[in-house]
Amino acid sequence: MRMKATILAGTVIVATAMTGSVLPAAAQDSIYVPLFTYRTGPFSGSGIYIAEGMHDYLEMLNQRDGGIGGVKIAIEECETGYDTKKGLECYESVKDKKPVVVNPWSTGITLPLIPRASVDKIPVLSMAYGLSASAVGDTFPWIFNPPATYWDGASMILSYIGSKEGGLDKLKGKTIGYIYLDAGFGKEPIPFFEQVSKDYGFNLKLYPVAATDMQNQSSQWLNVRRDRPDYMVMYGWGALQPTAVKEAAKINFPMDKFISIWWPSEDDAAAAGDAGKGFKSLNWHAVGANFPALQDIKKFVTDKNLTQTDKSHPGKVLYNRGVYNSMLIAEGIRNAQKLTGKKVVTGEDVRRGLETLNVDEARLKEIGLGGFTGPVKLSCADHNGHFATFMQEWDGTKWAKIGGDIKPMADKVNPLLAAAAKDYTDKNGNWPKRTEACDKAS
Amino acid sequence: MFYREAGQFKTTYQADQAVFPILQDRIGLALILLGAFALIPLMASDFFISVIMIPFLILALATMGLNILTGYTGLLSLGTGGFMGVGAFACYKLTTLYPGINIVVWILVSGFFSTALGIVFGLPSLRIKGFYLTVATLAAQFFLDWSFIRVQWLTNYNTSGAIEVPTRTLFSMPVTGPNATPQFRYLVILSIVTLLTWFASNLVHGRIGRMWMAVRDMDLAAELIGIPLYRTKLLAFAISSYYCGVAGALMVFFWYGSAEPGVFNIDQSFTILFMVIIGGLGSLTGSFFGAALIYGLPIVLKIVLHGVGINILPATVEHVTFMSVGALIVLVLIIEPLGLARLWQITKQKLRVWPFPY
Repeated sequence: MRMKATILAGTVIVATAMTGSVLPAAAQDSIYVPLFTYRTGPFSGSGIYIAEGMHDYLEMLNQRDGGIGGVKIAIEECETGYDTKKGLECYESVKDKKPVVVNPWSTGITLPLIPRASVDKIPVLSMAYGLSASAVGDTFPWIFNPPATYWDGASMILSYIGSKEGGLDKLKGKTIGYIYLDAGFGKEPIPFFEQVSKDYGFNLKLYPVAATDMQNQSSQWLNVRRDRPDYMVMYGWGALQPTAVKEAAKINFPMDKFISIWWPSEDDAAAAGDAGKGFKSLNWHAVGANFPALQDIKKFVTDKNLTQTDKSHPGKVLYNRGVYNSMLIAEGIRNAQKLTGKKVVTGEDVRRGLETLNVDEARLKEIGLGGFTGPVKLSCADHNGHFATFMQEWDGTKWAKIGGDIKPMADKVNPLLAAAAKDYTDKNGNWPKRTEACDKAS
Repeated sequence: MFYREAGQFKTTYQADQAVFPILQDRIGLALILLGAFALIPLMASDFFISVIMIPFLILALATMGLNILTGYTGLLSLGTGGFMGVGAFACYKLTTLYPGINIVVWILVSGFFSTALGIVFGLPSLRIKGFYLTVATLAAQFFLDWSFIRVQWLTNYNTSGAIEVPTRTLFSMPVTGPNATPQFRYLVILSIVTLLTWFASNLVHGRIGRMWMAVRDMDLAAELIGIPLYRTKLLAFAISSYYCGVAGALMVFFWYGSAEPGVFNIDQSFTILFMVIIGGLGSLTGSFFGAALIYGLPIVLKIVLHGVGINILPATVEHVTFMSVGALIVLVLIIEPLGLARLWQITKQKLRVWPFPY
């Protein structure tokens, strides 16, 4: 008898799974926004902050304004663990519920979604990660990666180093080391670095760190000690970053010459204690919770325990990054509502909304993020914007902004982007031509 | 009562030695095939096909490959992920170099590249056994993993270091790429897996399979009765790698649609090994059971917990999955070291005498 019950239970499970009926259907009167997050695994150290920030901002809009334009946002998290396999599973499970936008939060998950986006009519927002070439909107109408690509980031780091040295021409004969996660993400800027190292005559040393060895970088840093680079540049994520900071401190590498792309969190920088002072990273938004929108998150979400966010997290750099990501989603949806006049928008509408996105200073102030970040304006041809960022320095307790805006080297980056986009379409055979019409900016 | 072989008389040796000697088994198999080929593509949702069935079949194929080596021949290997990667990258290179030839042909051919590498890394298997051989295959895994990341020729010098699957057609319908329907991809995979399973079943039930099992049970005795050890072991490596290679190519072309080199890391090898152990060493049916359980459990867990209205956080499900899979492996090893396949056999045995057990 027991066996019969087991078989019965099994059949029920399979049957329900087959029909997919247990998945909560998105109601018609809400806008479905799935969030691909990772609160587990080796990358959770970074992922938790992002997940919390993304969720809380949208939840705050739901609680305070009743959603966007009066329509509730149906938020659903899907755990990817930064694993491509699970990311694709998440994508498949949310696809039928008509999401208006997906945020893969992993370059590895973004890549397989790029060709699918135009088929499934779901725009992909890979905010400052993913395929750099997807900034070319004419080739990739469904992919958005504002506010800057990894190549822009690399060029901004280089400009900063140049300004330190008194001009880019002073880089001749210097050595710049590049330590990176040996995956799609970390490899992206290498063509750029190779190009500029030829142009400016500096030596480039590469120190790849495999994803499995993120916590064991002693051999890389032994090489750093031998090569004595004048500057170190890092493209890391998850456990790679605190380890690198610790190792750099261990070999007494001058921290003020250790510069990272925009991903280190406070925890990463603090890993080496006081020895980490002077460590730098790029950023494009403020840290701290002293903004009306973040105060509203506290008032409407965290204080009411409507989230699992740790009370100490809001205001941290990666939390704010998540908020920024959700701000883009929300503004994209709002813009789509304005464009179409519809309340409940679809993925196609949000694609148009993102393409004509124009969040200026006044708008930022309106949504309670005045002074939080610079304006964002996208166009059909440019899905990235290539906006300026600034350098921030770890002072031992928090990230402090140093210096003004650094602009990307458009003359170096843009030809590479165009070439990469062309290369991508060539390799993919019959890449579909853009058929989506271009809207006038609203 | 229903599962009884009384009255089924065998009049020839051939009938007695059939893979499925009992009529009910044959009917069951026919029903499963009918369901898999006809019912699922017609009735099931896209989600069920692309998230559950496609990965299950591909993983089952890889598990079968490792089972030939580990379960039938007794050679423990941790290089499965690497061999799968060889198949995937070979298929990618072949189809980008010769786009005119059908992708299914290349999928089946790419397995031979894995075979070649499998033979090379299988060479030490005559001299070393057990743990030492495991370490040698581990070296293969690390070497291949390293090559996928570093040898840019393999990815056609893509800046992202990943391979992207171009659209390919079969019977002038897209079978890979974003426009391929899950149903069509599923049917192609199912055909390949069915074909290879049938082939493997014939292998393990025939002379070669007996040679493998003799080597597994006691290699010295096998040698004494005239089984050439070296050739037998290398053959196991070759065929096992072929299956893994085809599975890897299917995985990238029909499931992921693009692959970072990290996909074929050591974790992949371990996952497949767990599937072999849970499913049952030395059983083809077990390969399917193992793949279904280890891959399907987290998904079913998620759906069931959601379905009964427990609003559990996705991260918690992840933790629960990790713990339950770990516990499951330990439990299976304690309760039934021969895996789910053995449990299935016991079930069948019990069913035959039900409801009057003796």
